Order: sequence, then C-alpha cells, then structure tokens
Amino acid sequence: MSENKKVRFIITRQDDPESQPYQEEFLVDYRPNMNVISALMEIRRNPVNAKGEKTTPVVWDMNCLEEVCGACSMVINGKARQSCTALVDQLEQPIRLEPMKTFPVVRDLLIDRSRMFDALKRVKAWIPIDGTYDLGPGPRMAETKRQWAYELSKCMTCGVCLEACPNVNDKNDFIGPAPLSQVRLFNAHPTGEMNKAERLETIMGDGGLADCGNSQNCVQSCPKGIPLTTSIAALNRDTAIQSFKNFFGSDKI
Amino acid sequence: MAENREFMNRRLHSLLGVIPVGIFLVQHLIVNHFATRGPEAFNAAAGFMENLPFRIILEFVVIYIPILFHAIYGLFIVFQAKNNTRRYGFFRNHMFLWQRITGVILVIFIAWHVWETRIQAAFGAEVNYDMMADILSSPFMLIFYIIGVLSATFHFSNGLWSFFVSWGITVSPRSQHIMTYVTVGIFIILSVIGMRALFAFIA
Repeated sequence: MSENKKVRFIITRQDDPESQPYQEEFLVDYRPNMNVISALMEIRRNPVNAKGEKTTPVVWDMNCLEEVCGACSMVINGKARQSCTALVDQLEQPIRLEPMKTFPVVRDLLIDRSRMFDALKRVKAWIPIDGTYDLGPGPRMAETKRQWAYELSKCMTCGVCLEACPNVNDKNDFIGPAPLSQVRLFNAHPTGEMNKAERLETIMGDGGLADCGNSQNCVQSCPKGIPLTTSIAALNRDTAIQSFKNFFGSDKI
Repeated sequence: MAENREFMNRRLHSLLGVIPVGIFLVQHLIVNHFATRGPEAFNAAAGFMENLPFRIILEFVVIYIPILFHAIYGLFIVFQAKNNTRRYGFFRNHMFLWQRITGVILVIFIAWHVWETRIQAAFGAEVNYDMMADILSSPFMLIFYIIGVLSATFHFSNGLWSFFVSWGITVSPRSQHIMTYVTVGIFIILSVIGMRALFAFIA
C-alpha cells in the first residue's frame, strides 16, 4: 500500500535574489525512511506541483548528507535544521520548507552564508603557524583539554544558530554565536592563545559579543550540541578582564 | 576607543540597571512598604528620604542620569531585535521578549509616575500618604500601578540574571540554571513587597 501514500510539501520559493517569494505545493510518493533531501531529489527528477502543472525544479544546497557539512540547512516546519537528518516519518505533514531568511536568498532554498565566513576571517578563527623560518613545535595541549575543545570544533558553520537568534537580523550587525564560540576554541589552543587579546579586541568591537541578548535559542537549536551560551558567557568574562587590562593595566597582551 | 563604544555602552547599560537603578528600586519598594504600618509610618519614612542631605545631587547621580541612560539605550536595544518566540518557544527566549516588553512599559510608567509625584512636588505639591491614596483610589490608576510595579520587579530580577551572564560571573549552564531560581525568588519577594504597599494605600 505504501506506493499510494503521498507526502505533501509546501515549499517557499523565490526565482532570484530580488523577486518576491511564493509558495508551491508538491506531492511526493512516500518511501520508508525517506528524508527531506530525498523528497527534494524526487521533485527535481519530476518537477510537477500538486496541481499537476510542470514547474521548475526546486533549488537547494547539499553536500555531505550526514550532518557534518552544514550546507543543507533550511527552515523545516518553522525550525532551522539540516534537511539531510530531517526524516519524513518524524515530521508533521504538510512539511513546510523555507529558506533561512537571515541570510540572502539566492534561489528557492539556496542561501548565501558568506557573512559567517567573513565573520570567521574577522575574528581570525585559525592558528597562525606560518613564519619565514621553521618555528618549531608549539606547546603541548593537555589531552583532557583537547577532548573538551573537540566539542567546540564540531561547528560546521551551518547558520542554524544565526537563524534562531533574535538579535541576528538586518537591524543589527551582530556576527552571531557560531564565530564567537570559535574565538573561544582558538583562544583555548596553546598556540592560538598567543593571539588571544587580538581576537578579544575584535569581538569587543561593533557587531561583536555585546550584541548577545541571552535568548539562548542558539544552544537549544545547535544540531551539534555545541555549548554556545557557555562559550558566550566565558567570553563575557574574558572580555571583562581584557577591558580592565586595557584601562588599568600595562600588560595589554 | 570609538570601535569599542557599543561594547562599553552595553556593559554600562547592564551595570547601571543593577547599580544604582536596581538598588534604588529595592530601596523604594521597602520605603513604600511602610504604608502597611499606617499613614504616619509612611509619611515619616518618605519624609526621611525627602530630607536627606544633598538630595538633588543624590537624585541626579543615583537616579535620573543612570535611569535615563538605561531607558534610552534600552529602547535602542529593543528595536534591534526581531522576536521569534512563536518559532522558538524556549523559556529564555520568552524571558528575552518579556524583558523588552516590560522595559517599554517601564519607560511609560516611570515617566508618568515621576510626572505625578516628583515633578508635582517641584511645583509645590506634598508627596505623602494622601497623595498616593488619592492617585490609587481610581481603579484605572490602580491597575496601571500594579502593571508598573510588576514590570519593574520582573525587569530587575530577569535583568539581574542577564547581568550575571553579561559580566561573565555565571558561565556554566548549572550556575545559570541556579541563578534562574534565585532571580525567580527575588521577583516573587519584591512583587509581594510592592503589592502589599500598593494595597495599603487603598485599605
């Protein structure tokens, strides 16, 4: 009987970055264990909407299909998440798909997450090891600390935390929780720590840490379970100390 | 330090909300509570506050300047958010929204309250038990004051919670969780004190 069962999708579509969004309904044949991406692939194979009209295939982004790349994030039934791990059997129907509108929409469900990569560049979310000569081995990192830092390193820049945050929007230049947590990760690394003050100064600037309003939606929404609000609170402490050092102290680094 | 202005403003906003504005709120509610001991007790307590030395300087330094900064910068913060409690109905997200709603209510309530009491006093009216009993004899004003006082106690308690996060005091989820209970307790205690005082004026 499963051949006759249909899954109804209501997809918010948009033809190009400037045009108005509109909704289109699709009926997809049910298959056991299908996820949202497999349904979108089905629509792409046979782009006919629920009224039986031929339409353009729905555009979306995807890559790894195992929730480690972050590319296929979209708003599914009102909540931002990855479409690869959104199993149809666990979703209420009709399934509503929308792009994460915090980001510029390129087309349909495809968005441009460049602002996140720009933010990572701004906060220098890397460990500088390049020199004009061999700098030799860096300091060792305790195994327990490595295990702890690994949790923060799971961030896949998927953008779900930015979409969930009420303070990341076009009225506010807040960079969002993900790049902030990366500051904590790279400041914890024994070599990365050498640029700790520089990273803290950056997030004490406009659009930085202070724009967090503690709604804590990010930590609830993060698909990787990264302790984003703990990172933000820890950075609040670090920047408080840094601002005291800047004002009262002579040891700014 | 122009690039650090937003950071300093937000930290200052958080600090001023607790010290001195929050401390002043607690003090104000406790003085009001004298009304439960009768008009004479209230008038004596209010008279003591009124006759503090350097009163006008104390008022400007402890109340007017900090609260004006807190209110104006707070309104700026309110309009920077796009609330999404319908999509993300988590407890903290609701608190985030209510912190902003009560903040806006308080700007209106405090402006009216200062006009009705302190500014009238500057014009020669006497601030005493009878003045408040007169204001609160109107059911509309009583409801307005109940909403105002509850907004103030909520805004202070929840603001205290985020003060502890914003200054990096409560970092771990557990400490933040315990602080939620502590601030709920503060909200209940201050609300009871505030309500008892309000109803003492209509007894």
